[in-house]
Amino acid sequence: MISWCAGILSSLLLLLAPLWAWAQQDGIFDEYRAMFGDDNPAVFVIDEGEELWFSKAGPNSTSLEGCDLGLGAGVVEGAYAQLPRYFADTDRVQDVESRLEHCMIELQGKTREEIHAKPYSLRGDLGTEMEALVAWLAEQSRGLAIAPGQAHPSERSSYELGEQLFYFRAGPHDFSCATCHGQSGKRIRLQSLPDLTAHEGAAEAYSSWPAYRISQGIVRTMGWRMRDCFRQQRMPELIMGSEAAVALQTYLAVNAAGATMAAPGLKR
Amino acid sequence: MTRMKTIKPLVLLCCFLINSALADEAAMLLKSSMADKNFVTLERVERDALQSFCSKPRSEEGDIETANALRESARAAVPMPTEDDFLGDWQRGEAVANNGRGLQYSDNPEQPNGGNCYACHQLDPDEVAYGTLGPSLTGYGARGQSLSMLEYTWIKLWNTHAYNVCSHMPRFGAAGILSEQQLKDVMAYLLDPRSPVNSGLSP
Ligand code: HEC
Ligand code: HEC
Repeated sequence: MISWCAGILSSLLLLLAPLWAWAQQDGIFDEYRAMFGDDNPAVFVIDEGEELWFSKAGPNSTSLEGCDLGLGAGVVEGAYAQLPRYFADTDRVQDVESRLEHCMIELQGKTREEIHAKPYSLRGDLGTEMEALVAWLAEQSRGLAIAPGQAHPSERSSYELGEQLFYFRAGPHDFSCATCHGQSGKRIRLQSLPDLTAHEGAAEAYSSWPAYRISQGIVRTMGWRMRDCFRQQRMPELIMGSEAAVALQTYLAVNAAGATMAAPGLKR
Repeated sequence: MTRMKTIKPLVLLCCFLINSALADEAAMLLKSSMADKNFVTLERVERDALQSFCSKPRSEEGDIETANALRESARAAVPMPTEDDFLGDWQRGEAVANNGRGLQYSDNPEQPNGGNCYACHQLDPDEVAYGTLGPSLTGYGARGQSLSMLEYTWIKLWNTHAYNVCSHMPRFGAAGILSEQQLKDVMAYLLDPRSPVNSGLSP
């Protein structure tokens, strides 16, 4: 039912395609976004995420209510904003996706294989469970300050590795994240590129993901954003919730710390 | 005073060792965090000497001797066309400059790679969708077609690090992104007076 609504919405958005081409021009996107007003189509996905959290699933027929996202079992309000952080039970720094994966395995009895089969939608899909859960959880941190953990040594080394990865140049094009996101006021074609090494750029970016992508009609997560930028970087596919995915998000979250979460955002 | 002198290199060496250990850890971690996809394999995580040297966070400085050695070896490996053979067809070059595809796992490996010049440079003044990571190349042809200009542009496109180590432009020739013919076509797109890149110049 919810996916069905989202389906209709994305078809409507397809009809807006000519408008879309026009909206690609810098600045005009803001007006285009304003047309949506407060109607971020992500609301449907958020509702779906909430439903998923409370429904019994997996071989254990258990809900995710017992999942500890860092603030105690079942506490969802403000949990997203303090990730990534160190978890003693897994002895790892985790982002929202790897933590959800942990709970799906431990509580619901799902397998790693099924969780990783398709964590992110392909173009034209109606959305995955992971995307819906992350959208809802992010919404539960809306208006709160970004405050990833940096007290534990593992959290600090995750940041340092994230920084190394940000500048890691490899692949046939020699790109690193810093190639495209290391200076302010730059753009690729018409897309403006935030300087993610500075607080301002990192804050604007980090606070607005997960986001509803108008051009794709899907909610995308920050984990997906990392994977897709690695694709543009001509690198292999980033594994959801992997150490590198977590380290990069730690780097971004710490650079953005103190800013206010405003996700799910709305992107082109 | 003399003690300070001996301590400083030691501290530097120590920092260098710590940082390169971190860099190795980053490479291992990246490899274990990625999976082969279509024709793109984990081999791409392996870095050559230039990539490793140019992966330092901004706070760290590379040493000048290594930079010079990398620049010289980049220059030495550039194959040079004969004087009358630098320029191909500007129209084909325009297509190469516009094409942003190639070598991503979502791309068709049967199709020729693009140069994606517009992602980073302004070229044809009538094209508004240009990026700004690199300088504007509009009117580039005003620099003329002297042999030294042809060579400079060719080397720059083949391996930009021959001039500017750690430049963020891809090594189009050295990394096998573009063929020699594609590069000659792009050269013509930059330098031919009939190319729209140079439409603003008086004939
Ligand atoms: C070849 C250029 C390129 C590289 C390399 C690259 N990105 Fe991106 N990145 C982009 C583009 C283009 C966008 C989308 C901008 C848009 O849609 O307006 C983007 C968007 C983002 C965003 C979202 C910004 C926002 O405000 O919504 C984040 C975060 C990000 N990239 C992180 C990274 C990280 C981390 C890396 C390295 C793993 C990386 N990028 C590598 C080009 C790149
Ligand atoms: C990822 C971004 C990027 C891409 C893609 C790119 N360049 Fe560049 N280019 C740069 C940057 C940055 C510089 C300036 C730094 C330097 O000189 O290395 C530059 C410099 C140049 C210069 C030297 C400019 C001068 O004033 O002497 C030329 C010529 C050039 N690029 C041509 C091209 C062509 C042709 C293409 C497409 C085949 C291309 N570039 C693709 C980033 C890029």
